[in-house]
Amino acid sequence: MGIDSLIGGTIWDEYSQKVCEIMNNPKNMGEITEEQVASMGAKLIVADFGAESCGDAVRLYWAVDPKNDMIIDAKFKSFGCGTAIASSDTMAELCKGKTVDEAVKITNIDVEKAMRDTPDVPAVPPQKMHCSVMAYDVIKKAASQYKGVDIASFEHEIIVCECARISLSTLREVIRLNDLTTVEQVTDYTKAGAFCKSCIRPGGHEAKDIYLVDLIAEYEKEKMASVADAASAGNIDFAKMTIVQRLKAVEKVIDDNIRQMLIMDGGNVEILDIKENGANFDIYIRYLGACSGCASSSTSTLFAMESILKDKLDENIRVIPL
Amino acid sequence: MIKNYTDVAPIIKYIRSIIIFNYAIFYKTLRMFCVSSNKLRQKRSYLITGGKMRVYLDNNATTIVDPHVFEVMEPFFCQKYGNPNSLHQFASDTHKPLKEAMQKIYAGIGASNEDSVAITSCATESNNWVLKSIYFEYILTGRKNHIIVSEVEHPSIMATAKFLETKGCKVTYLPINSEGIVEAHTVRDFITDKTALVSIMWVNNETGAIFPIEEIGAICATKGVLFHTDSVQAIGKVPVNVKEANVDYLTMSAHKFHGPKGVGALFMKKDQELTPLLHGGSHMGGLRSGTLNVSGIVGMGKAMEAAIDALDFEMSEIKELRDRLEDAILEIEDTFVVTPRAKRTPNTILVSFRGIEGEAMLWDLNRAGIAASTGSACASEDLESNPIMEAIGAEADLAHTAIRFSLSRYTTSEEIDYTIDIVKEAVKRLRSISSSYAYAPTGHNDGPNTNH
Repeated sequence: MGIDSLIGGTIWDEYSQKVCEIMNNPKNMGEITEEQVASMGAKLIVADFGAESCGDAVRLYWAVDPKNDMIIDAKFKSFGCGTAIASSDTMAELCKGKTVDEAVKITNIDVEKAMRDTPDVPAVPPQKMHCSVMAYDVIKKAASQYKGVDIASFEHEIIVCECARISLSTLREVIRLNDLTTVEQVTDYTKAGAFCKSCIRPGGHEAKDIYLVDLIAEYEKEKMASVADAASAGNIDFAKMTIVQRLKAVEKVIDDNIRQMLIMDGGNVEILDIKENGANFDIYIRYLGACSGCASSSTSTLFAMESILKDKLDENIRVIPL
Repeated sequence: MIKNYTDVAPIIKYIRSIIIFNYAIFYKTLRMFCVSSNKLRQKRSYLITGGKMRVYLDNNATTIVDPHVFEVMEPFFCQKYGNPNSLHQFASDTHKPLKEAMQKIYAGIGASNEDSVAITSCATESNNWVLKSIYFEYILTGRKNHIIVSEVEHPSIMATAKFLETKGCKVTYLPINSEGIVEAHTVRDFITDKTALVSIMWVNNETGAIFPIEEIGAICATKGVLFHTDSVQAIGKVPVNVKEANVDYLTMSAHKFHGPKGVGALFMKKDQELTPLLHGGSHMGGLRSGTLNVSGIVGMGKAMEAAIDALDFEMSEIKELRDRLEDAILEIEDTFVVTPRAKRTPNTILVSFRGIEGEAMLWDLNRAGIAASTGSACASEDLESNPIMEAIGAEADLAHTAIRFSLSRYTTSEEIDYTIDIVKEAVKRLRSISSSYAYAPTGHNDGPNTNH
């Protein structure tokens, strides 16, 4: 929060002069027809990206010289807000005079920077950054059509935050190196999630394959697993663990030593709760499947389970079947 | 340091002279709103904007303050600024105007003197008050566990209901039909013996759809369930009477009917007074503490009186203007309006222009000096599609194409003519940019819809 977050309705105030001018008079708006490309001796490429139902759709027209892959002319049509139209127009402008290979290297950040009035001031407010992302995507689509290859061949990395162009591998690395546990921290370290916020969690402007919350959870799970590993190897004191860590540690020991045998006999076991009872740790379990009627479940299996947990985790563990 | 009144007197005089001067210009300008001659229109436009026409068609977001309202409020800033709860003359100066204002508010909604109308800071406060106090009294105590709202309530009901859900309250969100209206029988269907409250808006802010409040009130009365209605968009546009509609609680907001911002009210039927949301120095009979917003209450009273006086005008003349705008828009191909005219307030149109994203349309209108909205103003900063379009089952393509025009008694015929011209121009320009109206070469069967 803070003073800049308190008064709403400022989106349009934050558009650069250039964005406004382009929106009012987009120069590259229009179509390129078969007749036109024929007279240029060029090849016509028409690529679509987005959908009206999502609020943004763009169609890109390229006239490409087949001799040297040069984009002779570029035009667009767009269903979208002012910044989407301005981004599409700027993108078409940036394509002109480039080869297809060069054009594929244009990113949404290049498009946004080209619309700035002054180099240090963003052309659009954060929540509008996603508009330029579509401009980037449609170029790749056009290039893949021209070259007759799959669109994925232009993407060497999986991009999680498209506004800031932060890849999955970068995010994983930064999260682990800095031991990040919240989305806010990830945004502070990488800028991912600072713009349209779609990549933070499901329910934003665009649906994603992977979200920042998933990456945090993934790391959290990894840490938990390593705690469980350390605990089952006797490196961490069971009494000093949190409830969740204790559960994970118990699960881990049972997974590694017991569960497989039970499953082979058509049964299973479920950990219900762990309660401190004086000096003891009472682990409440429930037998499932074939185990739940089996005579040995209250004798030898139980004994085996308890002794392995005592051995791996804590002397004071008692296993209580319910 | 200011030591006594003689030190500040010149400053106050100066400030007052500025206020009075500005007011004179303001009032003159407004009077011209009501005069329909081309010459005056040009003069008015010049006066207001220095040459450019400006048309305000976002009256469901907020309205211009009626100059008569402004006039009655003005003395309570620099002259009669006493706290009504004090004992001295400064306080007494406020008592009669406050009493009269309250009587006007009571009269405007047909409340009896035994009922309570607590003045609040806004409709959001009134709506929060009802839901949260019902939670404290009925849900938290375990007497009931359920409330019913519609799926198209204002965010001040929606967000509060969602919050109460996290506190263990069960909430039913009633659907709207394809006309954008909540059907009364759905209320009956969902009431259980554990239902503490039904809260359904009188008029929807986006479509202007009028909900069957009297029928719903009757159902709630029969079933013995408390009934709240948010009447923010109804006052001054349709007759509102708390007795005929059988309501227990009713929310109002002054700035939606040409009163000042920062003043709302909550009607509470006799013997149904709610637990206070704001505890403190027992203002408003202990129902709602906080020093009285004297100028605001006086302004709201005057605004209510004027809104009731203007109701017939709104329902005839303004409706005519609205219908003319709507007819002209519907002449443009690929447009459609949500909710049949007869079931809507006289001032509102929610229209979809196929192939044009709503914000782009607003941009072009704004460039020409016309203010409209893509839906509720509170939500226009988030970039989500219009929830109404989804709720009425409109095609997915149209989810981002809705524009709301909302008129007021200050809207003129010339403004509507001008708006019609600009809308046509904007549709032409934006559809020429739109990918849904784009050419695609033969064999190209990818992407946006090309059937137009």
